[in-house]
Amino acid sequence: MSEVLVEAKNLTKHFPVTKGLIFSKQVGAVKAVDGINFTINRGETFGLVGESGCGKSTTSKLILLLESITNGTIVFEGNDIAKLSKSELREYRGKVQAVFQDPFSSLSPRRRVGKIIAEPIVVNSNIPQSQIRDKTAELLEVVGLRPDQASFYPHEFSGGQRQRIAVARSLALNPSLIILDEPVSALDVSIRAQIMNLLKGIQKKFNLAFLLIAHDLAVVKHMSDRIGVMYLGKLVETASSADIYHNPLHPYTKALYAAALPSHPDQQKEKITVTGEVPSPLNPPEGCRFHPRCPEAFPRCTQEEPKLIDMGNDQQVSCHLYDK
Amino acid sequence: MPEKILEVKNLQTHFFTKSGVVKAVDGVSFHVNKGETLGLVGESACGKTITCLSILRLVPQPAGKIVGGEVILDGVDILEMTNRQMQEVRGDQISMILQDPMTSLNPVFTVGTQVAWPIRQHQKNIGKKDIWEKVKDMLHRVKIPSPEVRLNEFPHQMSGGMRQRIIGAMSLSCQPKLLIADEPTTALDVTVQAQFLDLIKSIQREDDLAMIMVTHDFGIVANVCDRVAVMYAGKIVETAPIRELFNDPRHPYTMALMASLPKMEEDLETLYSIEGQPPNLSNLPPGCSFLPRCEHAMDICKEKYPANSEVRDGHTVSCWLMEK
Repeated sequence: MSEVLVEAKNLTKHFPVTKGLIFSKQVGAVKAVDGINFTINRGETFGLVGESGCGKSTTSKLILLLESITNGTIVFEGNDIAKLSKSELREYRGKVQAVFQDPFSSLSPRRRVGKIIAEPIVVNSNIPQSQIRDKTAELLEVVGLRPDQASFYPHEFSGGQRQRIAVARSLALNPSLIILDEPVSALDVSIRAQIMNLLKGIQKKFNLAFLLIAHDLAVVKHMSDRIGVMYLGKLVETASSADIYHNPLHPYTKALYAAALPSHPDQQKEKITVTGEVPSPLNPPEGCRFHPRCPEAFPRCTQEEPKLIDMGNDQQVSCHLYDK
Repeated sequence: MPEKILEVKNLQTHFFTKSGVVKAVDGVSFHVNKGETLGLVGESACGKTITCLSILRLVPQPAGKIVGGEVILDGVDILEMTNRQMQEVRGDQISMILQDPMTSLNPVFTVGTQVAWPIRQHQKNIGKKDIWEKVKDMLHRVKIPSPEVRLNEFPHQMSGGMRQRIIGAMSLSCQPKLLIADEPTTALDVTVQAQFLDLIKSIQREDDLAMIMVTHDFGIVANVCDRVAVMYAGKIVETAPIRELFNDPRHPYTMALMASLPKMEEDLETLYSIEGQPPNLSNLPPGCSFLPRCEHAMDICKEKYPANSEVRDGHTVSCWLMEK
């Protein structure tokens, strides 16, 4: 059994919606993330998929402590991250790093690449200058760049190379979890494979866990060990990446993967048409949130919210179809 | 013999900038038959969008200029037309769907008004009432629920998928001969993307419409196209019927690009990756532009750009490997 690195329990984030300027009062809440449970093991990749607005990015921001948690807990290496002391928090922030979508805006254009990569080290530890230089050189080599490129500015690099720099920076403090928020979608098609191979390589080398957020289902399947499918702030299904593709249980998972584009014109697919679009998270449907679009909905779905059911084989689904 | 709607011969569109001439489109030739979809595939900045803008003669001025070639629409070279004649062509005979439905609709007019614009512009003898009827029909065709109500709404009251369908209605309102869709689904979610592609396919079948689908996604190509032209650095490197391209790609770039895509049904540890980056279009080497990244590079590739050779009926490749 592999060691659990992160465990989210009943994780919830509501953004208040207020009305009025001076005597503002709360009139509602956007339920961005609404009571989700998942675990990430050490050294594995957990992929989160779902349509825009389903709460994937908010989940990652909660782990990064960029948003405050409304309810629920995140346990990291056995500690509740909401209860960490100042020094522990500092250590936590070093252990959890992120690589974002757009390498054109995530690197400061006014600093040299060496400085950008060294910054986490300078801020968080008292290593002498000479060793920092060795460390940045080493990091650049790990991500496939030349050590002498440390004196260049980000604009001198292409998109793929910049994403490599962002990866190098995230590795600077020997993290155990890296959050990858759409790491390849801003890159050219021919560059994506390079970055995916690099990420898989460093994962093995440093025994890293990844939380991968992407909308390209094939990318998520290729990179992940386990996948969680989100819909309107809820985690509707989690399973190993092979099971999600070969044996999806939740109607939404089925529809999502049926809507994924074929990789060959002769590939025949089961046609599952979902009508309509994702409703607003401000006022989600009662009962199961997917029921207005679900082809298999029955009366119970409109009234009662389904619970997460363990189907064995590390697969959990939240749907009344499987609740007997 | 299928009827050729559009024939582009040796089109060259160059941008004259301070740092030199950028050959964005450099000798592109292809044709589109009635009722078929041609996929124009390539990475960003390979010239796909500029090719389409050149067909509409909307290349950004004054830097961009069509310096050579012919664009023959139904037997007439539209590059010879006056600006006034060209205005009669745009929106009436050729129309275009752009990538982002959030920015291509005007926020201060109702969608009904906007769908009516092309009809008003091009069919001057139609009365006001009939225009409204036509708009309603169009909204109905693109499957907007309750069109009588919806046509009085503003774009912000609609979701992304619905807005893209409004743009579809707008571009099809004058029964064009050719529809150019420039990454029409990139901004949409997976399930909505599937809905939109199905809609566009069914309308195309009903109207026997010729279409150019610009994309970087081979999934969309496999799903909607009949023939494909692969572009690299301003040139078309391979043209083939869809099945042939997927079963028997011949150009090293096409082969590499296909191999580098993660596929749902495969489980690979590492992906094939194309080394290097797409070239700078303002400073192309005299030989083949793919040479620095090509695995099969030969001496002759450095000297001369390869001619187009026909592998099979309708399958042409520009590569020295074919000449052997």
